[in-house]
Amino acid sequence: MSDVHMRIWRGDATGGAFEEYTMPDVEGEVVLDVIHRIQATEAPDLACRWNCKAGKCGSCSAEINGKPRLMCMTRMSTLPEGETITVTPMRAFPIIKDLVTDVSFNYEQARKVPAFNPPPRPEGGYRMMQEDVERGQEFRKCIECFMCQDVCHVIRDHEENKASYAGPRFFIRYAELEMHPLDTNDRRELVQEEMGLGKCNITKCCTEVCPEHIKITDNAIIPLKERVVDANYDPVAWLGRKIRRRTKRTPAEAAVQPE
Amino acid sequence: MSELEHHDYDVIIIGAGGAGLRAAIEAKTRGLKVALVCKSLLGKAHTVMAEGGVAAAMGNVYAEDNWKVHFRDTMRGGKMLNHWRMAQLHAQESPDRVQELEAWGALFDRTKDGKILQRDFGGHRFARLAHVGDRTGLELIRTLQQKAVSMDIDVFMECKVIRLTTGSDGAVNGAVAYWRPTGEFVTFGAKAVVLATGGVGKSWKYTSNSWESTGDGHAIALWAGAGLIDMECVQFHPTGMVWPLSVRGILVTEGVRGDGGVLRNSDGKRFMFEYVADMFRAETAESEEEADKWYDDHTAGRRPPELLPRDEVARSINSEVKAGRGSPHGGVFLDIASRRTAEDIRKRLPSMYHQFMELAGVDITREAMEVGPTCHYIMGGVQVEPDTAATAVPGLFAAGEVAGGMHGSNRLGGNSLSDLLVFGRRAGLGAADYVEGLSGGNTAMDATLVQEYIDEALEPFSRDEGENPYDLQYELQEMMQANVGIIRTQSELDYALEKLDEFKERAGRLAIKGGRVYNPGWNLATDLPSMLTVSTCVAQGARDRKESRGGQTREDFPKADPEFGKINFVQRQPAGGSFADEIKISPEPLPEMPEELMAIFEEANK
Repeated sequence: MSDVHMRIWRGDATGGAFEEYTMPDVEGEVVLDVIHRIQATEAPDLACRWNCKAGKCGSCSAEINGKPRLMCMTRMSTLPEGETITVTPMRAFPIIKDLVTDVSFNYEQARKVPAFNPPPRPEGGYRMMQEDVERGQEFRKCIECFMCQDVCHVIRDHEENKASYAGPRFFIRYAELEMHPLDTNDRRELVQEEMGLGKCNITKCCTEVCPEHIKITDNAIIPLKERVVDANYDPVAWLGRKIRRRTKRTPAEAAVQPE
Repeated sequence: MSELEHHDYDVIIIGAGGAGLRAAIEAKTRGLKVALVCKSLLGKAHTVMAEGGVAAAMGNVYAEDNWKVHFRDTMRGGKMLNHWRMAQLHAQESPDRVQELEAWGALFDRTKDGKILQRDFGGHRFARLAHVGDRTGLELIRTLQQKAVSMDIDVFMECKVIRLTTGSDGAVNGAVAYWRPTGEFVTFGAKAVVLATGGVGKSWKYTSNSWESTGDGHAIALWAGAGLIDMECVQFHPTGMVWPLSVRGILVTEGVRGDGGVLRNSDGKRFMFEYVADMFRAETAESEEEADKWYDDHTAGRRPPELLPRDEVARSINSEVKAGRGSPHGGVFLDIASRRTAEDIRKRLPSMYHQFMELAGVDITREAMEVGPTCHYIMGGVQVEPDTAATAVPGLFAAGEVAGGMHGSNRLGGNSLSDLLVFGRRAGLGAADYVEGLSGGNTAMDATLVQEYIDEALEPFSRDEGENPYDLQYELQEMMQANVGIIRTQSELDYALEKLDEFKERAGRLAIKGGRVYNPGWNLATDLPSMLTVSTCVAQGARDRKESRGGQTREDFPKADPEFGKINFVQRQPAGGSFADEIKISPEPLPEMPEELMAIFEEANK
């Protein structure tokens, strides 16, 4: 049986270095399996996050050979055979220990999103059509692995931008709410002025790393940019918003349900 | 030593899966000071892995459906061991709980006329599961998470609770925990505590559960003086992945069968027709032809046997493999490729498509999947008052998988997500009512006891040489899989209990390498006491319930025994117990069902 060679970053906020590990090769394993075997044998304190081990929870994000991946969904057999595999923590977030980073930036962004605001529930429940919910459903596939945030140029190497930039994960959240058939809040000015939508220059790096294959740039960011432009340059809408702080639909308008 | 971090709340909720989030939302709505404390990051709890849907008799697809039919299905699925009142509340309230999610932003799949679409699942007479493709759990947890965040509920993430504390009056008054990222301890003073910690599957080798399912809530409740019931009733989901070995146990949703998938053995035969128990014969199809008509029109034929309750299907698969008719890697074949179009499969089962493609290199639109039973869910749990979710310990509540009674000896698919919504809400209400009814505040936590618990958790750092927690976990999983698995027998259960005593003794000699900051070895060392406690409870219950019923199958007692059908086994320890202490087990009579509910069964049997 051959061996697999791993080069894993070990350290904390004060610094660290790569350590090399060699494990026997086991058929069908993913990177996370090898990490677990290293924990159980050579390095019991090697830190990594994981939960479901089935690509559903988005906990085990790391950079494998420099590319953000879910460790539980990356089969060893898909990586170059015989070469040392390098595993590093996500670069855009502060290190806690080894492969574990402080992702609290994302939870702070989540708190800034103005809540979903539907009209009162009619007797018998809301009616929505499948084609109207599908747009939002694509974005709700997001498992919050935060790899799109990690890979986004705006914050990956520019810590200072985090104060004024929500990032792709939250642009799809804003897009989802914007396209939700029942929502009545208008977040377009917020997403442009305070969440930094304009800073995104649509290089599609986020779309490329998304393990759920969400078309973040094409289906969320670009349409969101278009809606923001509509809001800014349609003088009537602009005046309406400035004078009356109009929402995109009143609850009464949104409450009109198909039969 | 620096001063211990401390927070005071009206209600703390331990666990941030569906039940915990729903409880927090309810308690917060009442204007109380509420905190969620969870072992992982918010939104990563096991609820996220639920696939098929949430069961609720809304009647959107079959207007004939109503709460009585759902109640009956649930009780029969549980082989009548369920607490009737929980099953009743669950069936009555789940439609409201599902609709409420829509008001919080959930986007379920729709019927043609814009209502919530419902799908078929095992044991449910009508198509009843509201769903979003095969990622319903993700939709549910994200919706509740976003609602909780919008209500500004405090969340303590990656914070593991090790013990509850009780006052001189016996009431719960707080919890001791540590932060995984720093290894520093923190205490929570609380007037009420809601347990929503989920399941116990991590004590078995092949499980669909994540590392978090170590039975923490079951254990800390038992140690605080609460009772556990029906712990022998563990559900082995019939369809987990079996290959590659490293992914063995990962769940394959029942939705595959609900949407037309069938089980075949190595001869290509649909073997489930051979395994229809008398209890289900009248409503199960006798031929493939009849079964196939049913998918499109439930009145044109009876249900396919692939959609019998999970315990029945899991045992049948086990028998086929044992008889030498299994698949190359020790499972059976689950075939949807020959029955639905590739486009349909990718649309209705997108996660399954990706899961098999990426982890096994199998294209489920072209080939059959290899599947076999995997440890999935514990029906047993903390004994609660159905209406309030209150446990025997004043101020302590439990909801979701950690609570017992709702599902009897076997849970129907889809009844878990509805359970955690219905009883999560009720636990939040129960805790809020309790807090509002208290005269004066809670008693202060006993500082000496708190320090004792902290010292206990840190003890493994004091040894240079000792037991490796990973080795002990591995041996526990191997042992439970081999001796307290899907089919059980007296000699193996006796052996398991002996081994558990040995493991407990070894768990007192653990040694940890490295520091306290995000140290998974130490984190595991603090999970082992819970894992050993719940494993003992399961093995004890399995030893004493000398019959086969739902999630308890005894090779030496292959039939259900009506006398055992009248009792729950209840396990207790005196308050302040620990994993090393003895657990008492005793039979207690099942609560008696009122006549008007009994009539639902008599009517159906006519």
